[in-house]
Amino acid sequence: MERIYLDNNATTLVDPRVKDAMEPFFSQMYGNPNSLHSFGSEVHPYMRIALDRLYAGINAKDSDDIVINSCATEGNNTVIKGVYYEIVRNTKKNEIVTTQVEHPCVIHSCQFLEGLGIKVIYLPVNNDGIVDPDLLKEQIDPDKTALVSIMWANNETGLIFPIKELATLCKENGVLFHTDAVQTIGKLKVDVQDVPVDFLTFSAHKFHGPKGVGGLFIRNGVKVPPLLHGGEQMGGKRAGTINIAGLIGMGYAMELAVEYLEYENTEVRRLRDKMEDAILSLKDTLVIGAREIRTPNTILASFKGVEGEALIWDLNQRGIAASTGSACASESLEPNPTLVAMNIGEELAHTGIRLSLSRFTTEKEIDLTLLAIQKSVERLRSISMSNI
Amino acid sequence: MSKTDLIGGALWEQYSAKVNERMSNPQYMGEITEEEAKRMGGKLVIADWGAEVCGDAIRLFWVVDPKTNKILSAKYKTFGCGTAIASSDVMAEMCIGCTVDEALKITNLDVEKALRDDENKTAIPPQKMHCSVMAYDVIKKAASIYKGVNMASLEEEDIVCECARVSLRTIKEVIRLNDLKTVEEITNYTKAGAFCKSCIRPGGHEPRRYYLVDILNEVRQEMENEKIAKIVDQKSFPLMNLIQKHKAVEQVLNEQVRPTLLKEGGNLEVVDMKEQNGITHIYIHYLGVCAGCPSSKTGTLTYIENFLKNELSENIQVIIV
Repeated sequence: MERIYLDNNATTLVDPRVKDAMEPFFSQMYGNPNSLHSFGSEVHPYMRIALDRLYAGINAKDSDDIVINSCATEGNNTVIKGVYYEIVRNTKKNEIVTTQVEHPCVIHSCQFLEGLGIKVIYLPVNNDGIVDPDLLKEQIDPDKTALVSIMWANNETGLIFPIKELATLCKENGVLFHTDAVQTIGKLKVDVQDVPVDFLTFSAHKFHGPKGVGGLFIRNGVKVPPLLHGGEQMGGKRAGTINIAGLIGMGYAMELAVEYLEYENTEVRRLRDKMEDAILSLKDTLVIGAREIRTPNTILASFKGVEGEALIWDLNQRGIAASTGSACASESLEPNPTLVAMNIGEELAHTGIRLSLSRFTTEKEIDLTLLAIQKSVERLRSISMSNI
Repeated sequence: MSKTDLIGGALWEQYSAKVNERMSNPQYMGEITEEEAKRMGGKLVIADWGAEVCGDAIRLFWVVDPKTNKILSAKYKTFGCGTAIASSDVMAEMCIGCTVDEALKITNLDVEKALRDDENKTAIPPQKMHCSVMAYDVIKKAASIYKGVNMASLEEEDIVCECARVSLRTIKEVIRLNDLKTVEEITNYTKAGAFCKSCIRPGGHEPRRYYLVDILNEVRQEMENEKIAKIVDQKSFPLMNLIQKHKAVEQVLNEQVRPTLLKEGGNLEVVDMKEQNGITHIYIHYLGVCAGCPSSKTGTLTYIENFLKNELSENIQVIIV
């Protein structure tokens, strides 16, 4: 059976060109870049190219840092725990402001710090599913707030938060601002000159790069201690032998992501909108959030009377990969926290499924998916009591 | 931690082939109308359980022969995940041919067993066990409708963990018999709390009437009280630790000394206790009229000390501060 992958917010396929670019760094140029001999030094020019591509990709200045690490989870942990060691322990600031809809790596890091005695404010999203800058304004206190951490775009809904406004607000108040941009690279223009963030994190595997490598942007002059201590790699900011092949792959993936931004916002968006329109034309369906303020590849749809896990199970039988944050699919059995935070009704929290496209998604795949969704929804509604 | 846990995400891989088959091709899904029931010569029972807002909801249809109380036909409609659908389907099948009372004995554990491919391997992963409970609850609802009785009257005992069907009595018993000190131990002994985890502490998937943490605290407290009572009963004062000694002293004071002092408008408090060379020094402080009473350092003191010595131990010395 031909399979269709519509779970690109979870991870993406590695672009074959990226894989080719990584290939020489496994068995040919495998030296440790910290070694003094030629095996080590020969990889330096390639590392520089990769870094140049990453810096260009987010428009960072040479004086800024992009610390190469293992993933955005590591980057987010580095920022949140680093702010604790650098600021909370040395100043009177002892509060972090974040949102209720962050990725678990942010939420759980914050909860960990709460255990160490700091106060964390979890902002709700409004009925549109976004963080209201006025609400942040009420909650930040220049004397107390050590860090504000707000994702750029939400992984479940694709909703884009007004990061420029939020970051500017923090800058005006002298408060550090961090954004988790994993869902943003390759989907929106990311320009750290335009958006005054102090920290920004991303992960290669979300934009057709390899798994196990990510980046942490730190604006020039902002201090944060390393999460991993050890050697002098990354200028002492992140110890551990650098994942060279990963870095090379991520650099190239970043360049391609920027190159395809236009395609993502026209063709991928068109396919997404086509699928969304077709879903909405079915009876008793709903898509969360206005499409204009969502990343161009994401749909979080609800089909009344159809439980989320049952639907992705049924779609999987038909070869289609989607995902659900709905209660039944996860260990925790908790309803999707994003949907609960959006206050759109607990019933929907059990029915949502997420479909996320990529630049590799084809029109044919969308057409086949729509047929499958129709069949699955019809079948599950015939079992369900909602149609009575 | 097992390798499966390290890899993670293996939810569907843990479903048995029977679960998959029932999810794909449910056999008893559907409705039964009044006319159909009449034609079969039975009484139609329709029972609803759960709610879509909770993520699980089921409507069960039974046709029951009023003469024999036998279930002639069963169908259902369900909103829920694959496990809920598969469990509902098997449950409906198991009802057919049973009397209503026999059907009442079908539990979610029976449903899960019926879904196994291999009798030694569970049909669904632990966290999905919860999704099969609804199939059991709706039977009770249907039976209560048929019998015209309150659903609670069909409960034989208080169930703490719905997933593993462990009763309050059982849990209290294992805590006592095995001297269990943690919730994890309770789970290891009884499987209570091993599945959806709602019954461990408040804040889980659904609110429960009893939580393991509370039951454990309560039973441990009871056990501790009994232990102290036993020590006091045996008058083995020298074997007690200082806290137990303090409790024992307070008990004697409360029961035998204070009532007399209070009548006179006085009282005393124990401010400290120390152990020295096998002697327990009890430091007391007089309150009310006792504080200024001339006999407080003589007669009253001897009176108090004698009571404690008689009741607890010869090796007690009371000191006024």
